[in-house]
Amino acid sequence: MKGDASPEFLTTIGLEVHAQLSTRTKIFCGCEVRFGSPPNTLVCPVCLGLPGVLPVLNREVFLLGLRAVLAFGGAPSKLIKFDRKNYYYPDLPKGYQISQYDAPLGRGGFVEIETSGGPKRIRLNRIHLEEDAGKLIHDAAADSSLVDLNRAGVPLIEMVSEPDLESPDDAHAYLSTLKSVLKTIGVSLCDMEKGHLRCDANVSVRRAGDAVLGKKVEVKNMNSFKAVKAALQYEIGRQTEALGKGEGLYQETRLWDEAKGMTFLMRSKEEAHDYRYFPEPDLVPFFVTQEQIEAERRRIPELPRQKAARFASAYGLSAYDANLLTQDEEPAEFFETCAKIYPDYKGLANWMTGPVSAYLNEKAVSLSQTRLCPETLVGLLQLVKEGSLSLQAAREKVFPEVVGDGRDPKEVMEKKGLLQVSDEAALDEWVAEAIRSNSKVVNDFKSGKETAAMFLVGQVMRKSGGKANPGKVQELVRKRLLETAGPA
Amino acid sequence: MDLAQKTVFELSELLQKGSCAPEDVLRSVAEAIRTKDGAVHAYVDFDPERYLKRWKKMPKTSSRLWGIPFAVKDNLCVRGEEITCASKILKNFISPYHATVIEKLEEKGAIVFGRTNMDEFAFGSSCETSCYGPTRNPWDLERVPGGSSGGSAAAVANDTAVFALGTDTGGSVRQPASFCGVTGIKPTYSRVSRYGLIAFASSLDQIGPLTKDVRDMALVLEAAAGHDPRDSTSADVPVPRYSDFLGRDVKGMKIGIPKEYFQKGLHGLHGDVEEAILKAVKVLEGLGISVEEVSLPLTHYAINVYYIVAPSEASSNLARFDGVRFGRRSEVPSGMLDMYERTRGEGFGAEAKRRIILGTFSLSSGYYDAYYLKAMKVRTKIMQDFNAAFQKVDALITPTSPTAAFKLGEKMNDPLEMYLSDIYTISANLAAIPALSVPCGFSNEGLPIGLQFLGKHFDEAALLNLAYAFEQSTDFHRRTP
Repeated sequence: MKGDASPEFLTTIGLEVHAQLSTRTKIFCGCEVRFGSPPNTLVCPVCLGLPGVLPVLNREVFLLGLRAVLAFGGAPSKLIKFDRKNYYYPDLPKGYQISQYDAPLGRGGFVEIETSGGPKRIRLNRIHLEEDAGKLIHDAAADSSLVDLNRAGVPLIEMVSEPDLESPDDAHAYLSTLKSVLKTIGVSLCDMEKGHLRCDANVSVRRAGDAVLGKKVEVKNMNSFKAVKAALQYEIGRQTEALGKGEGLYQETRLWDEAKGMTFLMRSKEEAHDYRYFPEPDLVPFFVTQEQIEAERRRIPELPRQKAARFASAYGLSAYDANLLTQDEEPAEFFETCAKIYPDYKGLANWMTGPVSAYLNEKAVSLSQTRLCPETLVGLLQLVKEGSLSLQAAREKVFPEVVGDGRDPKEVMEKKGLLQVSDEAALDEWVAEAIRSNSKVVNDFKSGKETAAMFLVGQVMRKSGGKANPGKVQELVRKRLLETAGPA
Repeated sequence: MDLAQKTVFELSELLQKGSCAPEDVLRSVAEAIRTKDGAVHAYVDFDPERYLKRWKKMPKTSSRLWGIPFAVKDNLCVRGEEITCASKILKNFISPYHATVIEKLEEKGAIVFGRTNMDEFAFGSSCETSCYGPTRNPWDLERVPGGSSGGSAAAVANDTAVFALGTDTGGSVRQPASFCGVTGIKPTYSRVSRYGLIAFASSLDQIGPLTKDVRDMALVLEAAAGHDPRDSTSADVPVPRYSDFLGRDVKGMKIGIPKEYFQKGLHGLHGDVEEAILKAVKVLEGLGISVEEVSLPLTHYAINVYYIVAPSEASSNLARFDGVRFGRRSEVPSGMLDMYERTRGEGFGAEAKRRIILGTFSLSSGYYDAYYLKAMKVRTKIMQDFNAAFQKVDALITPTSPTAAFKLGEKMNDPLEMYLSDIYTISANLAAIPALSVPCGFSNEGLPIGLQFLGKHFDEAALLNLAYAFEQSTDFHRRTP
């Protein structure tokens, strides 16, 4: 099956993203929010849903949610109220989830994404607050399941997009943008491995020209951005194929199986839950004040897209580089610090998006987890620029030690004997010798064979043990050849 | 006189002077329970030695409640004690924490001294749906004590408790108080913290004490009420010292009688009850209070609204009893769904199931607007009815129940008839206003009849003072079975 709909079919995708809010404690009790603690150690009567307990809203949750609504340009609800979403599952202690139904924290707003066809606005339908459920650990050997409720009551925002996404790439770009904004505004740490960001997708395919959207299929159980993309590709292919064969499609919920690379039916529309929403009587609705809105607005720093635009204009960077640099706050800030002491912005950007980014990806770390600092990176770039160090040696031999061990680039270069000879007098001697002992090559050059010069450059490089500055050597060889050759 | 027969006020005089020790009171109550509770079965669990140990850790306070034992309805959490809501589904569940109301009373030096019977999950008006079997009315063992706080009311009436805590969602404190001839209050919604009360209907539930007289009620309520940061719905409104208001002049106060409550044939108002209420009106008028007729036009919708709102909330509140984390789980279920179905199918009694089904239906997609949403709108209207009435009068009086205590089994097979016995009490829960029941006479069969005072939001002080004035002019509260 193909991953993309052919032109005769159109794809419509909407995403529901759950982001964990970066609060110290849970949404309705004082239990700590922490990842990786032993099961059921971060619990109390409230988040265990013991008989008789009552929820009390953690105000920070509402304020962080409000900040997210404002950052995406949504309209905050004036009244904050919660509702109960009723369903049974062993990871749901109370038998209902406290969520928001008819009065979500925010409505509207949009996420602007970068696509191959240029920037595109993905409208948001709503952002609402809710509590997380616990986690089930299935023990196949014991024929039973264990429940860990450390995560029960962890605060989430659910962000529901309009069906404005048209491809798996759109979906991927949307998620990346969402993540970088949520991180930038301090609402979520967005650590995927800790489950801070989870996504369900609604996807439908229809024939081009059909006015009505196709049957909406909900896809769940995608644990990474990559999985979202792969699952969507699979699902689009499946639906396209079915339409092509004239088979019917059904509104249903399907589960992504990462190992098999396929989606499987979880439940049909008929089996869909009736959540029996009703207003949570244990929490009193309250009004959002203008002061709260203004205070949260002030807490929103420059957003990645604004920053990208500024980087492009202030530093003369391409839109592509500017976007790459501003996805996360750390590299953007790092770049700006470097830029203050190193005016070759383009060169700097190349290093940031090239070797630095490659290193971070490979080691799966963030900048602050490395030993790299703006001074050492700029020091390294300056060595290359002044010709003391070759670009290749800088990348391959010096940079790893600077970034990994926090060493001074000049020291590394000297210790490893990588200093390039750029001194003209020294180079001139080697060039003169190469010309003297390769008269045939010189004649070739005279007869118009341009490549002959490169041979001589190679000779000089070898003579220097690789330390000669290749740019300078090339320059000198050409100059001397033209001199010795005289008028042809 | 036996210490167990004394009021909180009387005992506190003795205790504070040192004429008797808390231990003497506890032993006396323990003895009363041993000799008198067998026939009544007000208690579902009683182990005096364990409760005595609990008390020994408490320092002396100057509170009127110091050294006073009290009984607790089986739906209020006491740390380290079993709590079951009289349901099989919670058998052997030990609460790891204290309800706020227990904390507050213990702080004053009052002593938890036994758990009392109730209708399962407070669903009922007769105490007959308990998994422990029914409680009987001390005035006539063939009759019910009322419900759902029937055990608490019977214990106070039987002098096996000095006072008791109950909970009231639609009359569950006041109706049994009326049936057993004791004093019971449902405070303003949000007045007493619900933290640690196993919820029936969250927007209606209130904890209310049952006492031997109005003065005791004032003493207990002023200790139990107050804001609690653990209950978001609890009101941050100062609690007056209710006992200081007692005895103030009531001359010139105005009381309304809702005419809809006395319409002929409606709600099956019994002649004895009507007569007792009319006599009570004379007593009040004799105190210089003017009694006038008022109208609460939406009265006849109250039961309908209540039986949408209360079961809806209950269906959700009872979802947590699933056998996963606590309580009873069906043995060897064949899978997850089977575990749920069998655990709940075996654990809940018939009335609990009826209300869960009713509430689940009312909240279902397609029915929500027609039932729950509409009921909530009517509820607001009912509240406005009361507010309008309180523009004219300081309080309202009504019968607490249309009849005196009925016989065991009389209404068990007719749920609707059972629901209708709450007709006079339900409105106060819907309107969130305080309501108090005091004894006001006896039926031809010698059974107690209750008079209900309804007041403005947070105006418990006025209600208590009015009831106190009435009580001081009568002696119904002093009579014992």
